[in-house]
Amino acid sequence: MAEYAVELRNVWKRFPGPGNEAVTAVKDVSLKIADGEFFALLGPSGCGKTTSLRMIAGFELPSEGEIFLHGRPMGKTPPYQRPINTVFQSYALFPHMTIGENIAFGLQMKKIDKQETRRRVGEALEMVRLTGYERRRPKQLSGGQQQRIALARALVNRPEVLLLDEPLGALDLKLRKEMQLELKKLQREVGITFIFVTHDQEEALTMSDRIAVMEGGVALQVGNANDIYEHPTCRFVADFIGDTNFLVGTIGVQEPHQARVELAGGVGLWAHTPQPVRQGQPVTVTVRPEKMHIRPTATDVNVLTGRVSDIVYIGTDTHYGVTLSGGQRIRVREQNYSVESRLLAREGEMVNVRFSIEAARVLTE
Amino acid sequence: MSSTKRSPWLLLVSLLVYGFLYAPIIVLIVFSFNASRTNVMFEGIVNQGPCGPFYWYCQLFRNRDVLDATRNTLVIALTSTIISTIIGTMAALALQRFDFFGKRASETALYFPIVTPEIVMGIGILVLFSAAFGWLNSLLALAPAQRLTMGLGTVIISHIAFSIPFVTLVVRARLHGFDNRLEEAAMDLGANELITFRKVTLPLIAPGVLAGAMLAFTLSLDDFIITFFTTGPGATTLPIYVYGLLRRVVTPEVNALSTIWILVVLVVVGISQWFQTRE
Repeated sequence: MAEYAVELRNVWKRFPGPGNEAVTAVKDVSLKIADGEFFALLGPSGCGKTTSLRMIAGFELPSEGEIFLHGRPMGKTPPYQRPINTVFQSYALFPHMTIGENIAFGLQMKKIDKQETRRRVGEALEMVRLTGYERRRPKQLSGGQQQRIALARALVNRPEVLLLDEPLGALDLKLRKEMQLELKKLQREVGITFIFVTHDQEEALTMSDRIAVMEGGVALQVGNANDIYEHPTCRFVADFIGDTNFLVGTIGVQEPHQARVELAGGVGLWAHTPQPVRQGQPVTVTVRPEKMHIRPTATDVNVLTGRVSDIVYIGTDTHYGVTLSGGQRIRVREQNYSVESRLLAREGEMVNVRFSIEAARVLTE
Repeated sequence: MSSTKRSPWLLLVSLLVYGFLYAPIIVLIVFSFNASRTNVMFEGIVNQGPCGPFYWYCQLFRNRDVLDATRNTLVIALTSTIISTIIGTMAALALQRFDFFGKRASETALYFPIVTPEIVMGIGILVLFSAAFGWLNSLLALAPAQRLTMGLGTVIISHIAFSIPFVTLVVRARLHGFDNRLEEAAMDLGANELITFRKVTLPLIAPGVLAGAMLAFTLSLDDFIITFFTTGPGATTLPIYVYGLLRRVVTPEVNALSTIWILVVLVVVGISQWFQTRE
């Protein structure tokens, strides 16, 4: 049996809500996170990602199900007995201690001798490039520096798993971009399993090896960035990650792994069907805007006709809003790869929008 | 640096208000050096015996009753402060972090004694103790010498009771905005509940706890009404003693005692303020 750094097996969490009704924050979540993996829990606020993280840390206990750490069931093990450390969203540095005392706290709890503690605190500060900050107080540091101290305070304990709760949420955009790459680099260096929670899809795509997209307490899809973006299994995932077009229709003629979808207005398209469908079934088709073209290309099987309703030029791309004959609105993104790129259509003009079968994906949920 | 023209009346009214507040205290202090045995006329500064102008202060320290009352007062104040601070802080922490059935009701009930007239509390406590003692004494068939009676114990218990809400109130104020994540961070780093409390929670709320303790101490030190109802033989406190003296003759000894008292309270309140405003 393969051993995972962390495994969640059918985990549920219910909280007492207003009145006597329980609020279910996490619904039957099962996850397997490999050793050394950079894993993201991604979803909007209230999706259960932070609750899941807190259950791994031991701050909350699952109502049902079990959490395993390297194969060991965690049961009711309190947080201070789990070889897991957390970087909190607000950093939670102890304001009454110096930076050195903050970082040394975990080592002191493990009764590691003074000399060794001092050496490892020095190493940890070097790792986050804040050597010489031992004597300062958390308040004297900037947000980015505090964030790195929180990271050093957790990693100095050499945990089996590091949990990060929206670790970059409080930083400004530029610093956040820097820290994303820095965190990823650091994770490769230390080789510790990182599990981090974020609501920022771009952050999750940039940093993680694999992502679990959560919504309403359910882990909807788990996969790497490419899987999640190119092969979404449900409408929520397709919508939450990146931009997409949804076309609603019913299944017509079927072939292996593809089917004709009849749209309103008597038009139709061929789309890939990852799951079995039946004739007449109402479905949603997702097509990413960058996979639709106004200029003709070789692989295009699908051609939809519509009128250009708006054009937005954003430098790298030009976005065309097109209203199809059946009234459905779609967005097409054409890349401006040549200096001579001109507009391919004008507002009000009729155009043919082309895309391949593979670009169109049938979603049944 | 304000260039606004202020009315001289404002200054006059302010001086009058402060004068009215502080004149009695100044008169009291001045009369503690009076050569006369009465508080009616100031007949010059006393200069008698080895203590000179501090004659009445020295007399005070030769008075066994005063020394006993001082000892009782301090024993009551210290004991009730320590116990009420511990219970009050625990209550504040529980109210801060837990949501439980009847939380709002129990919080209101906790603060209610603060606004209840002290005389009502005093009578209530007296009735409670007499009833309980009467019942226990007959139930256990105690010999006259062993019977439960009013005394130091009952005073301490009632002082603890009325101090708790004040301690809780002050500690709660300090806990407002306390980041529970700090405790979680400590536990995450390997500290159990007890170590977390000692190394993280307590140092962070210490200023509030000390301020609460100082408040409890001063309240106990000068309490008259509740003490009056719950005291017994051998448990006379300073306020009770002074009241007893006043019924006979007001000598400068009482002024000297009051002066010392004001100084003690001033110091305690000062320390309490310092702790409360400190980061």
